[in-house]
Amino acid sequence: MALTETPMQAERARTIYEKSKPGRRAAALPAAEVPEKPLAELIPENLLRAAPPRLPEIAEPEIVRHYNRLSRRNFDLDSGFYPLGSCTMKHNPRLNERVAALPGHARLHPAQDPRRAQGALELMWLLQESLSEICGLPHVSLQPSAGSHGELAGLLLTRAYHADRGEERTKVLAPDTSHGTNPASVTMAGYEVVKVATDEQGGVEMDDLRAKLAENEGEVACLMLTNPNTLGVFDENIAEIAKLIHEAGGTLYYDGANLNAVMGHSRPGDMGFDIVHVNLHKSFSQPHGGGGPGAGPIAVSDRIEPYLPRPQVVRRAGSNGHGPGFDLDFERPKSIGRLRGFQGNFGVFVRSYAYILSLGGDGLSEASETAVLNANYLKARLAEGRAGERLPIAFDRHCMHEFVLSGKPMKRDLGLATLDLAKRLLDFGFHPPTVYFPLLVEEALMVEPTETETKESLDAFAEAIEKILAEAEDNPELAKNAPYTTPVRRLDEVKATRQPVVRQQFG
Amino acid sequence: MTRYTSATPDDRRQMLDAIGVGSAAELFEQIPEPLRLGRPLALPDGMGEAEVYERLAALAERNADAEAQVCFVGAGMYDHYVPAIVDAITSRSEFLTPYTPYQPEISQGGLQVMFEFQTAMSELTGLPVSNAGLYEGPSSVASAGYLAMGATKRRKFVVSRGLHPHSRETLATYSVGYGAELVEVGLEGGLTDAAALAGAVDGETAAVILQSPNFLGSVEDVEALGAAAKEHGALLIVACDPMTLGILKPPGECGADIALGEGQPLGNRLDFGGPSFGFFCATEAQIRRMPGRIAGETEDVDGRRGFVLALQTREQHIRREKATNNICTAQALNALGAMVHLAWLGRQGFRELGELLVQRTAYARERLTAVDGVKLLHEAPVAREFAVRLDAPVDKVLDRVAERGIAAGYPLGRDYPEFEDGLLIAITERRTKSQIDELAEALGAALSAERGAFPSQKDAKAPVPEGAS
Repeated sequence: MALTETPMQAERARTIYEKSKPGRRAAALPAAEVPEKPLAELIPENLLRAAPPRLPEIAEPEIVRHYNRLSRRNFDLDSGFYPLGSCTMKHNPRLNERVAALPGHARLHPAQDPRRAQGALELMWLLQESLSEICGLPHVSLQPSAGSHGELAGLLLTRAYHADRGEERTKVLAPDTSHGTNPASVTMAGYEVVKVATDEQGGVEMDDLRAKLAENEGEVACLMLTNPNTLGVFDENIAEIAKLIHEAGGTLYYDGANLNAVMGHSRPGDMGFDIVHVNLHKSFSQPHGGGGPGAGPIAVSDRIEPYLPRPQVVRRAGSNGHGPGFDLDFERPKSIGRLRGFQGNFGVFVRSYAYILSLGGDGLSEASETAVLNANYLKARLAEGRAGERLPIAFDRHCMHEFVLSGKPMKRDLGLATLDLAKRLLDFGFHPPTVYFPLLVEEALMVEPTETETKESLDAFAEAIEKILAEAEDNPELAKNAPYTTPVRRLDEVKATRQPVVRQQFG
Repeated sequence: MTRYTSATPDDRRQMLDAIGVGSAAELFEQIPEPLRLGRPLALPDGMGEAEVYERLAALAERNADAEAQVCFVGAGMYDHYVPAIVDAITSRSEFLTPYTPYQPEISQGGLQVMFEFQTAMSELTGLPVSNAGLYEGPSSVASAGYLAMGATKRRKFVVSRGLHPHSRETLATYSVGYGAELVEVGLEGGLTDAAALAGAVDGETAAVILQSPNFLGSVEDVEALGAAAKEHGALLIVACDPMTLGILKPPGECGADIALGEGQPLGNRLDFGGPSFGFFCATEAQIRRMPGRIAGETEDVDGRRGFVLALQTREQHIRREKATNNICTAQALNALGAMVHLAWLGRQGFRELGELLVQRTAYARERLTAVDGVKLLHEAPVAREFAVRLDAPVDKVLDRVAERGIAAGYPLGRDYPEFEDGLLIAITERRTKSQIDELAEALGAALSAERGAFPSQKDAKAPVPEGAS
């Protein structure tokens, strides 16, 4: 392939520090207005800074241009199909941004007296009630900042629950295919991970579960699961799994990363889960922001409720002629305590509550149905032609909201790794699926189209895959050296880790 | 109501045909029948956009935000002016709607922002390594504690009572999990008790954790306090307010191993507490133990400069149970807001803003303590926040001042029972001299009214003079 530089490629990366020039500035600050004193009279000299931090010196037009240019070096959901498995890259409604920016939300101080923040507390309470209904569990804390934070919360709740019963349990079961955050949270919460084998459907291997429970009798604190599982298949044994874990005295934790498959169709609480985290940045449309912010509220059963983080948003009955009101409840003697400052990522709550209001109960259920329809349709399209031959489905039956393909035959027959396919997809204007996860599928590609994609997008994606596989039959080097059209081409990640340069070097 | 989907009845039929099923319901048959909900969710039906807007706007109306009330409340989050370009840039789809930059070739914008942000935070704190941001302040403290345990193989934290109460409580919550012990050191005259601190640190101490300015606003002598940590091989962790770092000696020059804090003052809204971000900087020695994402510079196959996620072997998606932290989704967009705000302030403006805060705070401190019934809670040097004592019940005074459209400050009583009469007052560049004067007047009036309404203990017990009624 002829390697002519695109204009974007020709424009070499320059940082804002490299565009800086002494004497330039953007900010116009107000005058002090007050009688000024020498700084050293106010703060002892030895506590003062000698040289100011080397921030850039640059005027506003060039700041705007700089970040505008940088933005064009990103691919984003608003530009095209983004089927990143387990990430639920659904449309981010702009209405949600508008309501989050209302001064009553955006400029509300978190320490405002609850009596003067009734709208915010009511919104949080309404969101709690909505999530409770969706999850099928009676109590919700909105405090955790993301899914992994919700996991840590769930494990600390489990610890508190057992401690309250005079038990100290040391082990947490998690499938060997679980999301990486699960075992990392387990360690951080002071537990030891015991891996449970996965069957070829991606479900819990029941014999191994029974064996691990027997081997660790009295020591198992919790089992962490997603359902649908990492292959996008609903684990039919879930009721039996819940029974086994509960008989063994453990709690059952639901990683809500895959909740978008089942909203309004099946509820984790009804499946037997005790603790659920919900990723508001996945199922509930909070924009992903290039890696956050998100929020990871948790829903729990009655027996876990006493331990929920503090403070909790509560509704109090009216008295003295006043109607019911909302408050922050700090008097929670068995609470695990705070997981963070203030009340949580409120701005995310506003967006997600707006989303729930927009869709309603009927719309959420239809959203999940369409997500499942889109996934199964794309799976069917990819079962045809070359894709069907080179990229077989890891487990061939109806999927839920996502599915996993294996690039093993593609690698064997064409010499193309899953990574090569992913990089070639960039040239076709698609974000690749999640690659090399789950680990039980060789050369895995995890595809989650979401409900907000059109049939045309799904068709175009399937056609791009077909085309890449076809061209690879003649010229596998094409994909192996891809991408060609992106702002930069394949990057040396090893170098960045062996000799890390993680900040600007000033001369 | 599914206006965010596009499948027409015709699309659906074609898709179902391709799948080989008669209805979408068939696809859900893999869920065992007893576990299917079998009824609609008990939530209202969907609403039109205008209706949702009105509903949310009506809720927002019922909050006394910093536009409705002049806000002197700080306590970790501050009502700074966020320049318009922050909103303009952070609302660009290209920054707003992608996810974590797992495909660096199409994520150079976000990765370069991380690199620039890391540089800025590293400059502010005076430490060589910064990550790309954590959730927020207090949980960053807990993550630093986890790092210190890994680095020292010890399990005790010596913590100043000047550390934000939310940070202390979050650290305690995490410590129950990862098995650490907390020893708290009290305050003397608004500052960490140096002798008590030195006495509390020993060979079992993983970290000494301070905050400067501390929760009462006092600028601590971090270097002097940190000596005890150095002596016993413990890490020195310093929480700081980024807006003061143009003026105050950076933690990195005071011997800190880790400097971190709540990032909200930089380019982020109050948002009733979040989302904001936590910043986290450290010495080179800790780089492979850092939590969170770190962007690093590298080259592509043609030799072009580029950026990638560096040192990913620390992270959960690679290392699983051996990861340095469990964090995954964090606060990239909030860190971008901070970077744009810092670029807008620039080298000169950042320092000028710091000076402005110090000058106005000094004025406010003097002005308010001239009010009858207001006394300084401590005389330690302060930067942008200070504590006073009121001679009438704080909550009642706050209510009276609120009637005049002013949120006077943060009552200290809940977090510091020893300062039941304490009020913490914060200054930003938005708090003008005339607002400070108005606060002084309103506080004076409220205090005097409270004294009238609720005579002091002694007066209340005094017998009613004859003929008074």
